[in-house]
Amino acid sequence: MIVYEIIVIGTSWGGLSAVSAVVEGLPSTFALPLVVVQHRSPDAPGLLAELLQARTKLRVLEVEDKQALLPAHLFVAPPNYHLLIDRGVFSLTTDAPVRYSRPSIDVTFSSAADAYGRRAIGIVLTGANEDGSLGLKRIADRGGYAIVQDPASAESPIMPQAALRAVPKARVLPLERIAGHLVMIAPRRPPLQPQMGARVT
Amino acid sequence: MTSEPVDAGRRREDRLRTAVVPRPTTHDSTPPLSYDPELERLEIELLLEGIFRQYGFDFRSYAYASIRRRLWRRIEAEGLTTISSLQDRVLHEPALMEQLLLDLSINVTAMFRDPTFYVAVREKVVPLLRTYPFIRIWHAGCSTGEEVYSMAILLEEEGLYDRARIYATDINEVVVHRARAGIFPLERMQEYTENYIRAGGKRSFSEYYTAKYDGALFSPQLQRNVVFSQHNLVTDRSFAEFNMILCRNVLIYFDRALQTRVHGLFHESLVHLGILCLGSKESLRLSDYETSYEELSGPERIYRKVR
Repeated sequence: MIVYEIIVIGTSWGGLSAVSAVVEGLPSTFALPLVVVQHRSPDAPGLLAELLQARTKLRVLEVEDKQALLPAHLFVAPPNYHLLIDRGVFSLTTDAPVRYSRPSIDVTFSSAADAYGRRAIGIVLTGANEDGSLGLKRIADRGGYAIVQDPASAESPIMPQAALRAVPKARVLPLERIAGHLVMIAPRRPPLQPQMGARVT
Repeated sequence: MTSEPVDAGRRREDRLRTAVVPRPTTHDSTPPLSYDPELERLEIELLLEGIFRQYGFDFRSYAYASIRRRLWRRIEAEGLTTISSLQDRVLHEPALMEQLLLDLSINVTAMFRDPTFYVAVREKVVPLLRTYPFIRIWHAGCSTGEEVYSMAILLEEEGLYDRARIYATDINEVVVHRARAGIFPLERMQEYTENYIRAGGKRSFSEYYTAKYDGALFSPQLQRNVVFSQHNLVTDRSFAEFNMILCRNVLIYFDRALQTRVHGLFHESLVHLGILCLGSKESLRLSDYETSYEELSGPERIYRKVR
């Protein structure tokens, strides 16, 4: 059985209510870190984290450079940076946008795929562009678990549809069932810290 | 060298021009799936060690996740498949090293990036700067200079520029040269104008530049108190005492040990009550210097040295 160590979530249009629907259903003792990459304007830094904090028992943080990943935390990618992960620590970059996006879901997903391999879970939710599909494919190709919101339940189906084209074998779930599914597949206790993302096996 | 020098020179110019402003990309560059992550890490360490010993550029303490990404972009662009094959070429071809130096050291920036930062500088820092008869500012890691011109404009509008001197430095001589030229892409002027207005700009932004060909040439007047020069935060020492140091979104490319070392350099380079400005997602919290500063603006990462 695979012991998962990280959940990365990508979304754009409609993302706030979709992410809220997922994290509302997670207990405060949830053993994994969640990382949310949502396209948004850089005009209101901190606002997304604030709004999500009102909806979840997890601790919500907008990522700062070299912040360590922690269980039971919801980490929000800051606007205007790419978010990378290595050995259980976040790194930010201002490198050029990828497919017009910064943060790019593909970039964070790929980084998580390479750092965590089969211990990564990637989730693509509602969105009005195709970012995230290549990253989700990389998570799946590295043996990780790919989940896609049922396009029929998505405020904008474009992103989940593109993700499904890239990863046809991804698990498709309606929004309201994602939290329950995560609780079921997540470990009961946080993985040992020193191992997090240290090695892909 | 067999190629004709003028031609080679022009080719190099072309290469540098396209390289200096990294373009938005259509996809993320990643290693092939079959690549073993531990082998990859070993190869990257060997490459960086090789670059240091052969050329003297020290990228060994750069943040792994971001330098790795930039290396793969270059590997892909050269049509290679492994880090070792890049190492082979870089060690034998100084021209490729020059290219890679640009890849690894150019940080993308914008004029008045994070407009709210400039608002905070006007409100919280400018009143402090007014108390000095002469203001020395170090812009560390100035890249292509966008933020240096932004600061010069701000100081000019606040009536402080004539008693200020900005020392703008970067590891990379090519970008320092570029910054000194003061020409930025015309297609970004709309974005910069919006930033300028939101940053509390007091005039019309177009007063500061002249459209020329496809570039916006910034008024040489803005450069009158700027000294551009090459300086390496990793290996070079402090070179003066400053009232203010700006180093925004540069330390994110370093690992924590190097970040702490550079914070030491900044700390010894600031006068008592000197001001330190970091990027909006950079924190003193993870350095050894948190207690040496007080916050002037928490959200904008503006600090003042108190001990």
